[in-house]
Amino acid sequence: MFRGSRERSSADDHVAYGGLASAESRRNLLLPTLHEVQSSVGWVSHGALNYISERLSVSPAEAYGVATFYDLIATEPRPERVAHVCDDIGCLAAGAGSMLDDLRDRLGEPDEFGGSIAWTRSPCLGQCEKGSAAFIQVAGGDDVVVAPATAEQVIEILHAEKPQPSVSPSPIRQDTRLLGRTTLSLSHHESHGGLEALRKALTMLPGDVVDEVTASGLRGRGGAAFPAGIKWRAVGAEAGPKYVVCNADESEPGTFKDRVLMEEDPYRLIEATTIAGYAVGADKGYIYIRGEYPGALRRLSDAIEEVRDRGYLGGNIAGSDFSFDIEIRRGAGAYICGEETALFNSIEGFRGEPRQKPPFPTQAGLFGRPTLVNNVESLMNIPAIVLEGGAAFASIGTEESTGSKLFCVSGNVLGPGVYEAPFGVSTRDVIDMAGGVDGDLQAVLVGGAAGSFVAGDQLDVPLTFEDASAAGISVGSGVVMVFNTEVDMAPIVSRIATFFRHESCGLCVPCRVGTVRQEESLIRLRTAEDRDEELALLADLDVVMRDSSICGLGQLATVAVQSAITIGLIGAKS
Amino acid sequence: MFGAGGGTSSYEEIETTDLIILWGSNARSAHPIFFHHLLKGVRNGAKMYAVDPRRTESAQWADTWLGIDVGSDIALANAVAREIINAGLANTEFIEHSTSGFDDFAEFVEPYTLERAEEISGVPASAIRALAHDYATAETAQLCWTLGITEHHNATDNVVALINLALLTGHVGRYGSGLVPIRGQNNVQGGGDMGALPNKLPGFQNVADDELRGKFEKAYGMTIPSEPGWHVTQMFDAMERAELSAMYVIGENPAQSEADSGRTIELLEGLDHLVVQDIFLTKTAAMADVVFPAASGWAESEGTFTSSERRVQRVRRALDPPGSAKDDLAILFEFANAMGHEWGTADAEDVWDELRSLSPMHAGMSYERLEAMGGIQWPCPDIGHPGTKFLHAWLWEDPMPREPAPFSLVEWVPPVDPLDEDYPIRLTTGRRLDAYNTGVQSSGYRSPIYAGAVIDMTPEQAADLGASEGDVVRITSRRGSVEAPVRFTNGLRRGLVFMAIHSPDDLDVNTLTLDAWDPKSGTAEFKATAVRIETT
Amino acid sequence: MIEQRIADPVATVTVTIDGAPVTMPETATLLEASRAAGADVPTLCYLETLTPFNSCRLCVVEVAGSRTLVPSCSRMVEEGMEVQTDSDRVQHTRRMVYELLDSTVDLSLVDDETTRQMERYGVRTNRFGDGYRRTEAVKIEDDLYVRDYEKCIMCYRCVAACGPDAQNTFAIDVAGRGLTSTIATEYDITLPDSACVYCGNCVGVCPTGALMFTSEYRMRESGDWDEDRQTVTTTICTFCGVGCNLELHVQDNRIVKVTSPMDHEVTSGHLCIKGRFGYAHIQSESP
Repeated sequence: MFRGSRERSSADDHVAYGGLASAESRRNLLLPTLHEVQSSVGWVSHGALNYISERLSVSPAEAYGVATFYDLIATEPRPERVAHVCDDIGCLAAGAGSMLDDLRDRLGEPDEFGGSIAWTRSPCLGQCEKGSAAFIQVAGGDDVVVAPATAEQVIEILHAEKPQPSVSPSPIRQDTRLLGRTTLSLSHHESHGGLEALRKALTMLPGDVVDEVTASGLRGRGGAAFPAGIKWRAVGAEAGPKYVVCNADESEPGTFKDRVLMEEDPYRLIEATTIAGYAVGADKGYIYIRGEYPGALRRLSDAIEEVRDRGYLGGNIAGSDFSFDIEIRRGAGAYICGEETALFNSIEGFRGEPRQKPPFPTQAGLFGRPTLVNNVESLMNIPAIVLEGGAAFASIGTEESTGSKLFCVSGNVLGPGVYEAPFGVSTRDVIDMAGGVDGDLQAVLVGGAAGSFVAGDQLDVPLTFEDASAAGISVGSGVVMVFNTEVDMAPIVSRIATFFRHESCGLCVPCRVGTVRQEESLIRLRTAEDRDEELALLADLDVVMRDSSICGLGQLATVAVQSAITIGLIGAKS
Repeated sequence: MFGAGGGTSSYEEIETTDLIILWGSNARSAHPIFFHHLLKGVRNGAKMYAVDPRRTESAQWADTWLGIDVGSDIALANAVAREIINAGLANTEFIEHSTSGFDDFAEFVEPYTLERAEEISGVPASAIRALAHDYATAETAQLCWTLGITEHHNATDNVVALINLALLTGHVGRYGSGLVPIRGQNNVQGGGDMGALPNKLPGFQNVADDELRGKFEKAYGMTIPSEPGWHVTQMFDAMERAELSAMYVIGENPAQSEADSGRTIELLEGLDHLVVQDIFLTKTAAMADVVFPAASGWAESEGTFTSSERRVQRVRRALDPPGSAKDDLAILFEFANAMGHEWGTADAEDVWDELRSLSPMHAGMSYERLEAMGGIQWPCPDIGHPGTKFLHAWLWEDPMPREPAPFSLVEWVPPVDPLDEDYPIRLTTGRRLDAYNTGVQSSGYRSPIYAGAVIDMTPEQAADLGASEGDVVRITSRRGSVEAPVRFTNGLRRGLVFMAIHSPDDLDVNTLTLDAWDPKSGTAEFKATAVRIETT
Repeated sequence: MIEQRIADPVATVTVTIDGAPVTMPETATLLEASRAAGADVPTLCYLETLTPFNSCRLCVVEVAGSRTLVPSCSRMVEEGMEVQTDSDRVQHTRRMVYELLDSTVDLSLVDDETTRQMERYGVRTNRFGDGYRRTEAVKIEDDLYVRDYEKCIMCYRCVAACGPDAQNTFAIDVAGRGLTSTIATEYDITLPDSACVYCGNCVGVCPTGALMFTSEYRMRESGDWDEDRQTVTTTICTFCGVGCNLELHVQDNRIVKVTSPMDHEVTSGHLCIKGRFGYAHIQSESP
């Protein structure tokens, strides 16, 4: 438990300060420290881990448990450059399979870490509109993203003296509420009316800000669609210390809207998070950002510095009595950390396993304190709600789904990208916004890997929370992934099952074992003599995982598979 | 101090107390399950101080470790008392109501300034001050100690100095506040309770009290000497004076466990007659004229043990002892019968019931109740009594049913074995987690964490000596000399080394220790030996 | 004057378990309420002395108004809750959980209670073809413990016992993620090289025999282990003054295993290395 006992001096001979409280206060530095070692050396050796453990008073076994939880932290020797290449459904549908074949031909099999460079397959990297993507970990330098990516480009970067990112700009529709503004500096942000909402909020009573959010009818954009006002009010009513957490761990396959928002307009997110802090009475905010988003991370980090320098973060914001600061925490390759309680554990320096709810985050969240968790897109709506009033926001969209929604359109469409529309548009409308289907439509995955495949009449269901729910589908994070008739759906559905098996944290039995049994059954189903038996098995798994998994990951891991069976994409008698 | 000798609190109290002071105790290793209770307290938010020359596995859990020099406890305790008084933090209401001699005490500790305590103990004044203030202002506090307090030539004074602190702050006699000595052996408490003390009859009844002694004489049909007997250290002195010529040793191994083992062995050899009753042919047994092969007390015998929280619990026979070995009670009965008495056949419950009829604090503890309740904490005066979680609640009663508790004036004196140019290094001894006392019982299994018969020191100390880890060094005290390999640890400092007591056959630490002992308790100063260390 | 701690009066709440009202202290769990109502609720990862880990999901019950089933071991009672402890959905989860576990690990040494529950729920084996099964060599690294992770159901009990719930040594934790996650020391170093202090408390809480004392393992290997010939006697440890209760498991007048009663307040079932293994001296042929 002693801090740095290896570096004793005679001053330590007769007194030492340590203890559990001191150790617990340092535990949250574990993941950032592992990140530091990983990004300097390319992996975390036993010696490095022991040193970290000693300095942070975490047991080595626990630190190892944390390190091995994340895909981006290696505990075995790895080369200084490792390419994580997306082989997930969006890129597969868009034809990235041939790029992967090319890479294998030229670099050999994935996951061979003996040489000076290596590559590995990656779940969705959140670059779906590009059609192919690679995230390259660069020891001793900055991680870079290549999207779209060719085998040639990936290999070039793996060998480059100073790797540079190569990301094509995201096609963005102009003149919308959330998109279309690329703020280059805080002044630029201000010239677009930035910080006005924060200044206005600071003149209001915190409870009045909460009232506006409640009146706006804003519902969470991360997938669960929970009414924001209820959360804000609940946290506001609790005693401090309290936290605001911005969930920017966007990892749902097919989802990339939050990345675009952070890359294009980071100041607004900072402003919104600060308003949230003021409204609920928090002293600190965390933005937990996906590890594979180095671009967004950099923009947001720089922006926070700039905002802090200008006195809009830190003590006595804009001369008010309100003090608040924001710290960025970087994820490390674990989809589950997008689940809010797993995210807390990750920040706190524990394995990113979800917690059983209740208690809910509003009662006992980060560090066991009342915590407001909102998704990036949800928060981005806040400045407008403060400036225009909740009622104005509520007038957009439908009664139960207010405001506009970002849709992440990818796959076989002519114009993949992020699109914004007031709630009420259907899947078909969204596809039309994106220029229509490239080829003949087979099916659309709505809501991400945790969402459903839809086809036929379902394409006309308005993508509002209420209509989607009534139709048995989910708006989720706004994924609209299009598959034309050229796509063999069995491997796509299997890839979703593989995704959940890979991302299951392993805590609860239904999800830990259920995800692998589902994956295995889908493979057997392709050639099974007795399809009914496999289908019955899949149905049994569906029920137990939905009913009894500890968190949303397991509860939703069968939904897409079941919908694919329902609409006949897989499992039908040939 | 308060009459019956026992820890005042229950283990459960440390789980919810506000402040824990662990003084001269490495409970993490020596009393691991007590430490589980302590850790629950820490996890429930208790602040923790450790006062110990070594930064032990226990001290690592403390918010603040006070690394005192060996034998400076009284100076530190008196300075804590002075600081509490001078800062106006003493519990004046409690002092007035429940104690006596405060004014003299306040005057007595006045010279023990924080600065002086720092000079004597090495601990920064600021840390001593913080401990004083935290102890005085805590709502509830547990002050725990073990052999780091009692294995000194002035053991009783050490204990008294700590008791003074509890009297000063009122941290005794309430749930959550108490004085907690954790016993080193399974039944030290029970042995004392049963009258295995030179001046006490069972139930801490004074042997000099005619009425109490008369009660026992009547029950036993014997005359009992009114003079206190000798404790073990006095017995060896008596041997030296040729006043003691025969000895019956039951379950002890003094040839290896006593300080200055050279002298001990010489004295044992000089006895006319030595009888040893043990489960092993120990080094002492090997010297005996007669050996009674005994059964182990905890697995091959019936009876009771009493724990450090005064909990009397049943011991049961799980195994038949090997060969002709018999349990202690059976041997004593046969011994008595052979000497012409008619004790009949041994039965543990009969003996216990006789004890209950004579010792009021055990009266309510039938075997049936001990079984049903998972043990009972004394005092338990009648068959309907639930036992007593904490002692000395009377201190808070109004009016006080007994004489107030007196403050005691105890001066700090340095350890008997001084450091000088020839013997510049302080050796202290203790236990390790996986071993016990002289290793007779604990050497039977193959511990994967066995440290070996080593001497622990810091790398800096070793560098001063020109030794590397693993090098064998010679350790010499004013009484003897041993060799041991060096093991590095960060829990010590220059001038302080540590050896465990568990492997006397490989490394007889008590060749080095001295037999200066506390005249009041009879414990020897195992904790403070002056040595020099040389490479070999 | 405070004679003993006077507990604050605990408020009670009334819940309905399988149609019958049950009144419990508000600090009670649904598991406690269900069992108080006489319901037969299986558990596996849950242990009274440890913080619930919510991993096995066997104790789930159906609570009116809750979308998902609720683990009863960790959920506190709330006024007016309507609970079904053995509905079709509950039965489905329990059967499936047993089948999923059985399909991945060796459950041959689970306790009789688990065997009974598996029969009760009609658990079918081999439903999942030749899929993934945990395969790993038995770890024998010292004379005290054997670790056979082919029997490990990842209930986290050992991690809790080694960690904050009892021993606070933190020698082991879950490593990796998902199906291939495992209980491990850092970098899978051997236990003697780890922070392990051999208290045996991990073994003491293991429900499947994945962790076993070497004494038992060797006797099982040689076919000598016979619980019908064993007696269990509770006595007090000899190794310090704390007064830990020991349960000595004796076969043929030899101690073959040492445990401690979970319901005794001194140990809560936990011991140290001496209490757990220090018995050899009374049965060594040549001391």
